[in-house]
Amino acid sequence: MVGLTSKLSRQHLFQWRRWPTWARAYLLLLPAVGMIGLLFGGGLILACLQSIGIIGILGDTQPSLAAYGAAFSHPELGRSLWLSFYLAMVATGLSTVISIGLALLLRSAGRWTTIACQITLPIPHLVGVAGILLLLSPSGFLARLLMALGWIQSDQDVPLLVNDPNNWGVLLHFLWKEIPFITLILLAVLRGMNPYYEHQARALGANPWQCFWNVTLPMMKPGILSASLIVFSYIFASFEVPFLLGSTRPRTLPVLVYRAFTDTDLGKRPEAVALGLILSGISMAVLALYLGLTAKSRQTYAERGDS
Amino acid sequence: MITLPRYGLITGAIALLLLPFLPLLIWSVAQSWFFPQVLPDQWTMIHWRQIFSPSSRIGEGLLQSLAIALVTTSLSLVVGLPAGRALGTLDFPGKMALKLFLLMPIIVSPLATLMGIQYVLIRLGLSGTVLGVILVHLMPTIPYMTLVLSSVFANLDLGYELQARSLGGSPWQVLWTVTLPLIAPGVVVGSLFAFLISWNEFLLTFIIGGGRVFTLPMVLFTLLQGGNHGLVAAVAITSVIPGLVFLVFASRALQQDHALGGLGNV
Repeated sequence: MVGLTSKLSRQHLFQWRRWPTWARAYLLLLPAVGMIGLLFGGGLILACLQSIGIIGILGDTQPSLAAYGAAFSHPELGRSLWLSFYLAMVATGLSTVISIGLALLLRSAGRWTTIACQITLPIPHLVGVAGILLLLSPSGFLARLLMALGWIQSDQDVPLLVNDPNNWGVLLHFLWKEIPFITLILLAVLRGMNPYYEHQARALGANPWQCFWNVTLPMMKPGILSASLIVFSYIFASFEVPFLLGSTRPRTLPVLVYRAFTDTDLGKRPEAVALGLILSGISMAVLALYLGLTAKSRQTYAERGDS
Repeated sequence: MITLPRYGLITGAIALLLLPFLPLLIWSVAQSWFFPQVLPDQWTMIHWRQIFSPSSRIGEGLLQSLAIALVTTSLSLVVGLPAGRALGTLDFPGKMALKLFLLMPIIVSPLATLMGIQYVLIRLGLSGTVLGVILVHLMPTIPYMTLVLSSVFANLDLGYELQARSLGGSPWQVLWTVTLPLIAPGVVVGSLFAFLISWNEFLLTFIIGGGRVFTLPMVLFTLLQGGNHGLVAAVAITSVIPGLVFLVFASRALQQDHALGGLGNV
């Protein structure tokens, strides 16, 4: 009898459901948190140490803030920062607004129509860059079509849309790529919403616009903010699109970091890391802003106690 | 119900999304296509033959991309399934903070982090290896996988599992015959995102691979800085195919709102 109970309690140790909830949760999260902690957290710490010269790619040196001095006195820093911010802001804002419209249009559409509107989702960014270059460059497909139609007389008449000072090519690329992504998320949000509130608003006499503005949009708001955060952060940190399609001067901050990173002078590495850390710092500030903006809805969410 | 103007708007949107593919398709089979010709006067298959010729490294890039994306996806699934389960079904102290921490790699620019990781990988002899590249690809894929799966788990009725257990199923049996079939759409959507992210990745591969890991985006980036439009177009179209196949395969799962809802609830 004694032997049996001790055998049972030993079994309990392996009985998952008898563990306290928090212990189970932490154990389940351990692989993911450990991986991200090691890669992202570890990488960030090592980057900080490199930027202040404690460790270095060429061997360890004396700690100094010289890299930050060089980064902050970089002649292009201010304009690059502004350009990165401007591109991410405009591209995210426009694609979010258009995606809200497209998601509402697709709300009752069938599966294949919806899939067709998500066609750019699986397309690599570099393929988009190639397509936009061959479409919009001065001797591109669009210019050829316009000329065949007699709308323009020579390739001089086409407005410059790639590597142009206004970065039209970059903005168009991100609209093309991100609208389907945000639409996909918003469609899921729309389908997950209880239609009762909208029906009720209409039944009580709201016109379609009032119903959208006062009922549908507020209900979509968490999804809209969340999708915009993901897209803004991606565009702000993206390198290959502004590098290949953007203006040659000013260049975006990630392009500046790339330049410093690929410099043949390895002594420039701490400066590259410092510039990269400025970029990371700003992304973190944006995340903090988002958390501040959504703190209230998060609170009600937690209080409601559902998923 | 689809009304006529609504139908027109949707068709217009699809046409605009498809427009950049048109010059790619034509260039990939164009021999000489001078401005302002609307269509080339000579056609050729030379660019496509070049892709599959052993002397070009494009085939190698294709295989390497595919291997890296598949391993990255599997690994993030293994890590993301338990994490998604914890975040989706359990309540515990620090849940919000841990979820936020797991999101950091897709919100915060990875450039500085990559240079930090590179410092260690050089010392471990992993810089410029496929293994090193797979490791850093996990940074953006784990957050997406976890977000999608936690949302799917949150909408899973745990009563099914309890029922199966009480009817005498072992934990493994329940996992294989009850839980996994129920969350399958989430697994498909999470894997789709992980695959696409890894397949699309340029910067991470460039910094950690050091030019020695030659994936398809590396090939395309190099070609885009040259002037061979035909080969660029052929490689670009080749890079589209696996993702498109995966999208069609996942189309039914994408209709499942809980999986994507995870991305609308960061």
